[in-house]
Amino acid sequence: MAGPMRIRAKLNGDKTTVRVLMSHEMESGQRKDSSGKLIPAHFIQDVSASLNGKVVMTAEWGPAVSKNPFMQFEVKGAAKGDKISVSWKDNKGDSRTDETTVS
Amino acid sequence: MKKTFIALALPAAVLALQACTMSSSASDPDKMTAEVIKSSFVDRGIAKLDRLNPDPANAACAAAEVAGQPIDANLAKSIEEANLKSVQWPSDGKFLGDWKQGEKIAQSGKGMTWKDKLDSVNGGNCYNCHQISKQEISFGTIGPSLYNYGKLRGVTDPNSAASKAIVEYTWGKIWNPRAYSACSQMPRAGHNGVLTQAQVQHIMALLLDPQSPVNQ
Amino acid sequence: MKLIRKNVVALVVLALAAGQAMAQKSASDSIAEYRAMLQDGNPAELFEMHGEELWKQKRGPKNASLEQCDLGKGAGVVKGAFVELPRFFADTGRVQDLESRLLTCMQTLQGIDTSSVSTRTFGKGETANITALATWIAAESRGQRMNLPQDHAKERVMYEVGKRLFFQRGGTHDFSCATCHSSEGKRIRLQDLPDLTKNPGDGIGFAAWPAYRVGNGQMWSMQHRINDCYRQQRFPEPKFGSDATIALGVYMGVNAKGAESIAPAIKR
Repeated sequence: MAGPMRIRAKLNGDKTTVRVLMSHEMESGQRKDSSGKLIPAHFIQDVSASLNGKVVMTAEWGPAVSKNPFMQFEVKGAAKGDKISVSWKDNKGDSRTDETTVS
Repeated sequence: MKKTFIALALPAAVLALQACTMSSSASDPDKMTAEVIKSSFVDRGIAKLDRLNPDPANAACAAAEVAGQPIDANLAKSIEEANLKSVQWPSDGKFLGDWKQGEKIAQSGKGMTWKDKLDSVNGGNCYNCHQISKQEISFGTIGPSLYNYGKLRGVTDPNSAASKAIVEYTWGKIWNPRAYSACSQMPRAGHNGVLTQAQVQHIMALLLDPQSPVNQ
Repeated sequence: MKLIRKNVVALVVLALAAGQAMAQKSASDSIAEYRAMLQDGNPAELFEMHGEELWKQKRGPKNASLEQCDLGKGAGVVKGAFVELPRFFADTGRVQDLESRLLTCMQTLQGIDTSSVSTRTFGKGETANITALATWIAAESRGQRMNLPQDHAKERVMYEVGKRLFFQRGGTHDFSCATCHSSEGKRIRLQDLPDLTKNPGDGIGFAAWPAYRVGNGQMWSMQHRINDCYRQQRFPEPKFGSDATIALGVYMGVNAKGAESIAPAIKR
């Protein structure tokens, strides 16, 4: 149900800059709808990124991160053609994994 | 000069025509515009089509701006006189209210859109266009700065005879700015029912009360 | 006016970039920095992806894609089309903007029932699809310069109509588009206002929409932008794809001739 992530991984010298744009409502659970009812929380809790299958980054997010989150990080030791994979899991148990190759 | 009067007369004439299609008046942009307006706009919420009824001042000012010319001086004067006559002065004789409430009204941009309700409390939209207090940095520049408004005009006692002219001008300007400037871009907050008399009194205090932060 | 509804930055930067000195700076400088930070990872890209899928996907009772849709440069030609709209179309005999043209193609090529497309369903259903398509089509012209045609008589008339609509005062506040958009260097609260009576510069005004609005997390097309302008002007509402909205597009687009399009952009 969740939309695909846009992942770009660009090698520059010995560092690869990975940029990820995620499609997610990131509802904090503190907003109210027009009738005054709280809109239920729905946000990404766990993020992880792997290089060729080995986890290189994990993150724990909360309701403070806003809608359609954008994330950027750098990783060393990657070469062109290597696989970068990013996964997230949210508080409702939904999850998603997308991948790209380092260019 | 003749052009502005035609602009006043035309909309009424065109509104009388029933079934107009786009192709019928390619040679007359004013006529075509009236047709486009009629076929494009609908009521939504509290925003009804009667909000587009041509007001003579609005029609004249718009026509002048389209032509890139200043409005005819005599026409401007007659618009100003007519609007000044329509200003409703405070029924209780009090020009100033509470500046604290005035600041809230100036900060609020709520009301009168199709998402608002008829009974909602409207804001004055003032900070959208004006600097007012020194503390508020989120201010617009469409209108002049009003910081130190009363102080710069030497208003130490708004009730004094010396301040009468300024106080009345300020009231009139907020109630109906067209009374002083025929094509003013400022809303006619009192005249058009956006703000109540009490709300205008509070804004007056914000600008003229020597205790107001605006005059510190 | 709040800058963003949820008071968090959408950006999570884990890499240690060169530190930025948080020295004394003006409000506009800070906002310019905030916007520069947002340029990378524009969520509009998510809508571009969806729009491209919709263009190529067989849909509707006719089970056809939109790949034969004529956006003004010939059937199926997408690159460069965005910067020449609105323009006259012989098959419909009218001047159309991008979104009303997409309506035409969805109806004629795909047989889709577009009656649900309206200003009341922005962000939903087929209206959201049109926004996604518009986002992708705009992206296909990114970097090109606005170059609306004025060869056809109807295009020239629509310019004049757009001009008159632009200066039309109305509503409870006597606002017109010109109230905010006819001077240089002005702003409403802290939001800079482009002068739309002339070319306001690269990537500004007509050349910056569709845009992703960070403040409410929504992708806004030009139809949506014009609609909300009229709402704030306290006018009644122009219908989706109505001639009034198209005429305004002609006026703004022709005035912006030569301006570089950065659509789809990112806004607060």
